[in-house]
Amino acid sequence: MSAEAEPLLSVRGLTRHFPVRQGFRARGAVRAVDGLDFDVRPGETLGLVGESGCGKTTTGRMLVRLLEPTAGSISFAGRDITHAKRGELRGLRQDLQIIFQDPYASLNPRHTVGRIVAMPLQVNRITPPGGIKHRVQELLELVGLNPEHYNRYPHEFSGGQRQRIGIARALALKPKLIVADEPVSALDVSIQAQVINLLRTLQRDLDLAFVFIAHDLAVVRHFCHRVAVMYLGKIVEIGDRDTIYTHPQHPYTRALLSAIPDVTTLGPAGRIRLTGDVPTPLNPPSGCRFRTRCWKATDRCAAEEPALTVRDGGGQLTACHHPESGPVGVPTGETVEVSP
Amino acid sequence: MSLSPVEGVALAEIESPDEGDDSGRTEFVGRSPGQLALARLKRDRTALISGGLLAFFVLVALAVPLIEALYGVGPKEQFQNRLDGYGMPLGYAGGVTGEHWFGLEPGLGRDIFIRMVHGLRTSLFIAFAAAVLTAVIGVTLGTLAGYLGGWLDTVINWITDLTLAMPFLIIALALMPTVALRFYGQREAVPAYFQIGVLIAIFALFGWTGTARLVRGQIIALREREFVEAARASGAGLGHMLFRQLLPNAWAPILVAFSLAVPQYITSEAALSFIGVGLTDETPSFGRMIYRSLDYLQTDPAYVFFPGITIFALVFAFNLFGDALRDALDPKSSR
Amino acid sequence: MGRSEAVPSGEPDRPEVPEQRSGDGPYLQVRDLRVRFDTEDGVVKAVDGVSFAVERGRTLGVVGESGSGKSVTSLAILGLHNAKRTTISGEISVGGRQLVGRGEEEIRRLRGRDMAMIFQDPLSALHPYYSVGKQIAEAYRVHHPGAGRREARARAVDMLGRVGIPQPARRFDQFPHEFSGGMRQRAMIAMALVNDPDLLIADEPTTALDVTVQAQILDLLADLQEEFRSAIVLITHDLGVVSQVADDVLVMYAGRAVEHGSVARVLRAPQHPYTWGLLSSVPSLHGDADADLLPIPGNPPSLINLPSGCAFHPRCRWAGVNGDRSRTEVPELREAGVPGHLVACHLSAGDRERIYRDEVARVGVAR
Ligand SMILES: Nc1ncnc2c1ncn2[C@@H]1O[C@H](COP(=O)(O)OP(=O)(O)OP(=O)(O)O)[C@@H](O)[C@H]1O
Ligand SMILES: Nc1ncnc2c1ncn2[C@@H]1O[C@H](COP(=O)(O)OP(=O)(O)OP(=O)(O)O)[C@@H](O)[C@H]1O
Ligand code: SF4
Ligand code: SF4
Ligand SMILES: [Mg+2]
Ligand SMILES: [Mg+2]
Repeated sequence: MSAEAEPLLSVRGLTRHFPVRQGFRARGAVRAVDGLDFDVRPGETLGLVGESGCGKTTTGRMLVRLLEPTAGSISFAGRDITHAKRGELRGLRQDLQIIFQDPYASLNPRHTVGRIVAMPLQVNRITPPGGIKHRVQELLELVGLNPEHYNRYPHEFSGGQRQRIGIARALALKPKLIVADEPVSALDVSIQAQVINLLRTLQRDLDLAFVFIAHDLAVVRHFCHRVAVMYLGKIVEIGDRDTIYTHPQHPYTRALLSAIPDVTTLGPAGRIRLTGDVPTPLNPPSGCRFRTRCWKATDRCAAEEPALTVRDGGGQLTACHHPESGPVGVPTGETVEVSP
Repeated sequence: MSLSPVEGVALAEIESPDEGDDSGRTEFVGRSPGQLALARLKRDRTALISGGLLAFFVLVALAVPLIEALYGVGPKEQFQNRLDGYGMPLGYAGGVTGEHWFGLEPGLGRDIFIRMVHGLRTSLFIAFAAAVLTAVIGVTLGTLAGYLGGWLDTVINWITDLTLAMPFLIIALALMPTVALRFYGQREAVPAYFQIGVLIAIFALFGWTGTARLVRGQIIALREREFVEAARASGAGLGHMLFRQLLPNAWAPILVAFSLAVPQYITSEAALSFIGVGLTDETPSFGRMIYRSLDYLQTDPAYVFFPGITIFALVFAFNLFGDALRDALDPKSSR
Repeated sequence: MGRSEAVPSGEPDRPEVPEQRSGDGPYLQVRDLRVRFDTEDGVVKAVDGVSFAVERGRTLGVVGESGSGKSVTSLAILGLHNAKRTTISGEISVGGRQLVGRGEEEIRRLRGRDMAMIFQDPLSALHPYYSVGKQIAEAYRVHHPGAGRREARARAVDMLGRVGIPQPARRFDQFPHEFSGGMRQRAMIAMALVNDPDLLIADEPTTALDVTVQAQILDLLADLQEEFRSAIVLITHDLGVVSQVADDVLVMYAGRAVEHGSVARVLRAPQHPYTWGLLSSVPSLHGDADADLLPIPGNPPSLINLPSGCAFHPRCRWAGVNGDRSRTEVPELREAGVPGHLVACHLSAGDRERIYRDEVARVGVAR
């Protein structure tokens, strides 16, 4: 996984707007994703974090071509797949799979586990050596399920087991990259840890690349090599995991990290309290989109949109005019009050 | 001891069902949602009784030739000798005897039992055929509208609204005689199969909208579900999407709609025949029998009683069964 | 109405609880609560003998796996179970009034005025066809029949402002779908608090939210508690949240309480193997990010066919320490070293201390 390796997935200016209609007239657009640039190298895991509604799912769905981008390009293994049709995607589908958040909605309740896991093989008319059933049982074993459960139905499994079934389905075509949209958010901590360990093992053993969408930064820290922080449809900071977690430069990243409730501290933790309005993607603020909640905002922030570049010798790319420096503070037990 | 997730699961599986006796072993087979619904249905007493009654009615309808042979009386045979001078059946309760179980018709002196058995067959045939046709049209249009969306959805919705705006009774009243006239002219007798066919066609023409809307809604809701997206992300084609992913999850409400449409068509057929635009006297039917019997409501109440109670039982059983089916398929609705 | 019945408690000499006894004793007192559901597949023992108490001005955190009976417990306190399929026994007293076995109408009157609930899913709790403000005003008027439209509106606007919704007067007329997830959750909280309830039950109030908004809501609950001295039951499976806001913690497993005590004790000196497992599976923000997590092996048990003895035994690494006891005998909730710290486990105090020190704390808990 050298830094010079050719990227497996390369995204440039990726944008998705949802038109908002009232009656027949268009009333502007939800700018759900607004110009993303990032690369994922083979075997690398990229974490995509950010608050609810910042466009993580929309991005993931565009990557696996469930959603048509409004602008920008996606290239995978050197091929531009931005507007590829179903027929042209045939080969690519196999390399690009998705795992969903909801372990209950993501499995067809009327199909047996065997049929669910075999679905990608069947729709692509692939007969693996040894037959479909053999391969499915192999996959079930790989994700830690009993292969004898082949004939059972999803409702007979717990949430964690169902998520394993979803993972087995995604692995059926031996993909090179998996988009995992909050794969553990719906699970309990104890089961969540099982699934994260499973994903880590699979990632190492099968050399898979991941785009791992999550809003739990602690989970991302245990799974991802690199992390991209999104805010209102844009990436505000992207870099290596350790850099992002120890020396974040963007104020939003700092706020996010400080807000994670930590079991190791009792009582109200020292955290950056964000006040101010949460803006809507229908009408994002001018300049820097975080400025309505940022404690360092200046006139420049309203006038000029900060570019995502290297700032002040940091190892990551940050989109901020006044980046923070220094390590993140260890929670001190007192609260930093900020107002816009 | 390692805490790898894989081993953990194996551990739980070996150890947890230890006191589950044999239930631990049967679990491996897996019960589909359909099987579960069937199990619930079997535990529901209303469903069992109404289902049994329906099965009986259907058996009777299927065995009409056999019953006729055993009973030894045809639907058109007249027993004038058993009527008095005013045309009323001799004896008690409208002429109930060992040969004529439900008595005789006043006037023509035909056997009520065998006419009812024939009427049951006609009724059930029309109702089932119309319900099947309705379901086919409704499911096809609803699926297309729901899954493909866009202009097709708009057009189908528009046709649905148009159909709903048409007054059923007026059109039926206008259409039935006109169609018969167009094909057979003034003189010719209109054959029974033609009347039955026209009835089924009219029911289907008006009846599909409900199913179409229902299915459209279901498909739209399912289309966004993640398991459907998973299939799409794997490159599934239209056939797989419709027949493997979407429709299997929509059949429960379709089945319920079907089971509730049948009794509705039974009453509609009776009503149309009653007002004279459905079947004629040639074809034994509940509607005609009840219509004719009303003249004798005072003098021969038994004549109204037998067809009346039967059609009531039939429709009631169907509705009860439909409701029980709904509860079994969607247990949350009753909680 | 219904089949909920007050089972006579085992202690014949307990005096009748007088009505309206607020002031002394805990505000919410639950004793030996059992909730059963009759289903096609068998009887679900969703809650199996749970007891706890919450005093005014204090917060009890209830943690446990999905399906361990947390929500069922809270719904039972509010009398929200469908009586036809549910059997409830035990004692629930709120402000000195015994609730189990009371008529629906009586409990309904308490609900909303003396006790309120914040639901797991704000979208399903807010009606989509009425404006958010109207729903809050309506909740106020139900319990203040004398209040006019104007007064109720003013009260609702005030509440919306208090929970941190900007421009509350303008937001009053907006519909739930026009609110973001975090704002909907706050609107729910405003509705729950509009009658200044003495008891607030919050069922995973922040699970659907992201951390920045979650932090705001937890602050809000703490502020409001300070102001009204309400008793709060906070249900969650996020131990981080518990460590921040709770005074006491109840750990549930398969419908039973397995550990109960002050937050400092339960999180700092946990006694039950399940609590150990929970704490070690939390991904940490410090420490080695490349190390594997330490999950609890196995899967949650079926509540219809509960494992014999200690329900945790199929997943417990120390089930064999006391021979067959964990498999055959249900452990009772007993004091563990410190008064008020209860644990249900057959391990002896010495064993627990040794195991925790040598096998658990070193590798996992509170890294
Ligand atoms: N089909 C759609 N039509 C209109 N707006 C949409 C649609 N899908 C998403 N959006 C909007 O786009 C924005 C981004 O949504 P998205 O689902 O990508 O967020 P997310 O980051 O995944 O959030 P969460 O963490 O809550 O899942 C939101 O404001 C959302 O309301
Ligand atoms: N009405 C009901 N009928 C039958 N079983 C029920 C009913 N309500 C809840 N249960 C069962 O009771 C058990 C406890 O459910 P409960 O909702 O209390 O779990 P929970 O601890 O709140 O979990 P979560 O963290 O997922 O919210 C579950 O196994 C659930 O399936
Ligand atoms: S650009 Fe300005 S407003 Fe935006 S994050 Fe940086 S300091 Fe804050
Ligand atoms: S009683 Fe036995 S099985 Fe249960 S937690 Fe204690 S040691 Fe483990
Ligand atoms: Mg999302
Ligand atoms: Mg719950």
